[in-house]
Amino acid sequence: MTVDLQAREIKPLRNTFSHVAKYVGNDKPATRYQEGTFGAQPTANFHYRATWAPDFELFDVSRSAVVMEDWYSLKDPRQFYYGTWTMARARQQDAMEANYQFVESRNLVSKMPDALRTKVCEVLIPFRHVAWGGNMNNCFIAAYGYGTALTAAACLHAMDELGVAQYITRLALALEEPAVLDEGKQDWLNKADWQALRHMVEDIFVLSDPMEVFVAQNLALDGLIYPLIFGNFVDGHVALNGGTAVSMLSAFMLEWHEESNRWVDGVLKAAVAESTANSELIASWANQWAKRAHRALVPIAELAMANAGDAALGDVVSLLEARAKKIGITLQIA
Amino acid sequence: MSNVFIAFQANEESRPVVEAILADNPHATAVYSPGLVKIDAPNQLVVKRETIEEHLGQRYVLQQMHVNLVTLSGHIDEDDEQFTLSWKH
Repeated sequence: MTVDLQAREIKPLRNTFSHVAKYVGNDKPATRYQEGTFGAQPTANFHYRATWAPDFELFDVSRSAVVMEDWYSLKDPRQFYYGTWTMARARQQDAMEANYQFVESRNLVSKMPDALRTKVCEVLIPFRHVAWGGNMNNCFIAAYGYGTALTAAACLHAMDELGVAQYITRLALALEEPAVLDEGKQDWLNKADWQALRHMVEDIFVLSDPMEVFVAQNLALDGLIYPLIFGNFVDGHVALNGGTAVSMLSAFMLEWHEESNRWVDGVLKAAVAESTANSELIASWANQWAKRAHRALVPIAELAMANAGDAALGDVVSLLEARAKKIGITLQIA
Repeated sequence: MSNVFIAFQANEESRPVVEAILADNPHATAVYSPGLVKIDAPNQLVVKRETIEEHLGQRYVLQQMHVNLVTLSGHIDEDDEQFTLSWKH
């Protein structure tokens, strides 16, 4: 007896769910990102309205002044859903662990000049609280924004911000004793240099428009902080003065910032392209918050890089203005 | 004129690669069979890192392609930016 084995191809009748096919067609199989995103936003038959916000449904487009015909057009160009996002972050975490091992096994931290180590702690540690603020604000976008394309990515972004706060904490513990964390918190709460920045972070906490929070936090504030602190300060100033170890231990931050910029720019570009009203609104938010972030960072830039701070801040301002131009709005910060 | 080809496992990882190849090589045709995507092209086929990154939305190192590569034919010319198959020596 012989058994004849043959491969037989079975063509599926449908390439994806019909609610996904509405957006991407049924010609070819939808990606996991598309299947996890399109049509996932609850749109009808909500439970009663919250007593503390009787003007809104649980999910309500009118929470934002930005008007979109289709909120799913605010897609994430990185196509992150839980699976791809965790895999990408796990890879980065492995790289960071390797960096820590490299720095610790060669005792690189003790080879840094003491004054530089103190300076790094003084400048970086309060940013734990800024990153935590970023976590809060992106949680807000995830909770009150509309459309899974935006809110799911905001939720991942919120966890990333928390990760940044944790990396800063771990860096501080690698450099000094745990007491520096308390000192950093005291600086954040009381030291004059930090108050404008803290005021700004806390003012974003109480905004009620998720898209305004998005512009203020993810474009204006993070768009200036990351290149200034982790670019100019850590990778430039600190590295040149014998602190390459700090660069290695904060490698994630700039890498993540550059990656997540694609998302921030992609979302805003789509919202700006939708209508002139959106474009004017987003431009006015961006100008207002970026100017404020700039003012708040002037004392920090000076604290970090003394006389060179001003020029460094000027550099990152023009970087952000160039980014805004690509998004399709005019940003005039200084 | 003879064909070169490259085949990948059909999965989510190879999908942006296949899309990028088809975008960069309008003369190429993809044949989907169970678990496999084979791309045929007359004379030459080029895989570009930049296009893959556009489709993927993330950074990509061309070597990552080998994880899902099944087979290919043609002489290889490879660097960090591109991977070209052709019959040229």
